[in-house]
Amino acid sequence: MLAADLMFTSVADFKAAILKPEIQAAFRLTLLTCTAATILALWVAVPLGYLLSRYRFPGRIVIDTLVDIPIVLPPLVLGLSLLILFHLSIGGWELETWLRDKVGFPVTYRWPAVVLAQFSVATAFAVRTMRVTFDQIDSRAEDVARTLGCSRAQAFLQIALPQAWRGIIASATVAWARALGEFGPILIFAGSTRMKTEVLSTTVFLELSVGELDAAVAVSLLMVAMAVFVLILLRALGTGPTT
Amino acid sequence: MIELRKVSIHAGQFSLKDISLLVPRGEYAVLMGRTGLGKTTLLESICGLRSIQGGKIFIDETDVTDWAPADRAVGYVPQDLALFPNMNVRAHLEFALRLRKESRVSINDRVSELAEVLGIAHLMDRSIHKLSGGESQRVALGRAISFRPAVLLLDEPLSALDEATRNQMHTLLREITRTTGVTTLHITHSEEEASALADRRFRLEDGRVV
Repeated sequence: MLAADLMFTSVADFKAAILKPEIQAAFRLTLLTCTAATILALWVAVPLGYLLSRYRFPGRIVIDTLVDIPIVLPPLVLGLSLLILFHLSIGGWELETWLRDKVGFPVTYRWPAVVLAQFSVATAFAVRTMRVTFDQIDSRAEDVARTLGCSRAQAFLQIALPQAWRGIIASATVAWARALGEFGPILIFAGSTRMKTEVLSTTVFLELSVGELDAAVAVSLLMVAMAVFVLILLRALGTGPTT
Repeated sequence: MIELRKVSIHAGQFSLKDISLLVPRGEYAVLMGRTGLGKTTLLESICGLRSIQGGKIFIDETDVTDWAPADRAVGYVPQDLALFPNMNVRAHLEFALRLRKESRVSINDRVSELAEVLGIAHLMDRSIHKLSGGESQRVALGRAISFRPAVLLLDEPLSALDEATRNQMHTLLREITRTTGVTTLHITHSEEEASALADRRFRLEDGRVV
C-alpha cells in the first residue's frame, strides 16, 4: 500500500502539497494537538491504570468497561456524543455556553475540540497499556516501601512509577499514534475549517473532496513519515538503559 | 515486644483462628511450620499489609491493629527481598531515613554505620541487579533496620543462600539483634537456623501457634 502511494505521487507533487499554507497550518496543529492529547491522556492513564491494576473496589468493573467504550464505539458516534455532551441543556445550563461565557474557553468547532476528540480515544488505549505495565510490576516492593514509612501515594510515586517508565513511553506512543489517526470524532466535534480546526487527517478528506488526489496522497505520506518518526524516537527512548 | 491476641485471619484456602503469641522485648523468636499454613500471612498481618478479621496486634504494648504499615515501626524482610529495582544500595539504606526527613548528616552517619556493620561499604553505589544472593540479603536487612524499628520480621530470609553465607548471616543477625535490642520474629524451616538464632520457638500447626 505504501509502495503504491509512493509510486502514485512524485517529489514535485509532494513539495507542492506540503508548501500549501493550509497544509502547513494543519501540520502544526496536528503536532500540537496530538502532543497535548497525549500529555492529557497520560495524566489520566498512569493513575487510572495503577488503580485498576492494584486495587479491588466497588465500581471497578464499571470503570474498566467505561474505559473501553471509546475503543469500541464507532468514531462518528463518539464525535456526536461529545457534541451532544457539550450542547445538552440541563435545566437551562449548557456546558459549552458556560465554558464560552463564564470561563472564556469555547470548545466546540475550535482547536480544544480537536484535542478533546483525540484525547477521548487516545486515553482508552493509554489506560490499557498502563494497566498491563503495572500488572507486570511486582507489588511486593511497594508493600515493603509502605512498611518503611511510605503512604500508598508515596509508594506509587517513588517505587512503582520509576519502574513503569518503559510502559509510560509505550503508552505515549500508542496515544500519540491514535491521536494522529483520529478523524471521525474530529470531523463531527471540531469541524474541518481550514486554518482553524484542520488537522492532517481532515486535510486528506478535504483534499479528496475537492478532487485533489495528489495532495491527499502527499499528506497521507507525510502522516506516515510523522508516525514512523515518532514511533522510532519513542522506541529508541524505551530501549535505553534501565537505570 | 510483639503480641498477638486471638488473631483470626482468612486468606484464600486457609484460615487462622485465635492465634496468640508473645515475643518479649529484645528477644529473637523463630516461627516454624509446614509450607502453606499461613506463616507469611501472619507476618504480613503484623506489618499491616494484610487485614485481620478478629483479635488484636500489639507492638511494644501499643495496639496497632488498625494502624497503617507506615506507622507501625516494623522492619520487614520478605522472602523474595523485594529490593527496589530503580535504586542502588545506598538509596535502599537511605530510603526510610529520607521519608522521616532526617538531616543529610544524620542520614550519612547512619548509612555509613549500617554499611560497616553489614560489610557492604564497597557496594554502596552498585545497582541491586549486580548483587550476589548474600549481598542482596544484607541490603534488605540494612533497609529494614535503617530506621531503628522496634520490631524486625524476617520471612525465610536465608533459604536461598549457600551454607557458608548462611552461617555468616546467622552471626550477623545475632550481632545486630543483640546490639540494637530489636524484637525479632523469624520464619524458617531450618532446625539448624532455629538452634543458631532462637531465644524462643513457635510452631504453626493446624491453624494454631504452639
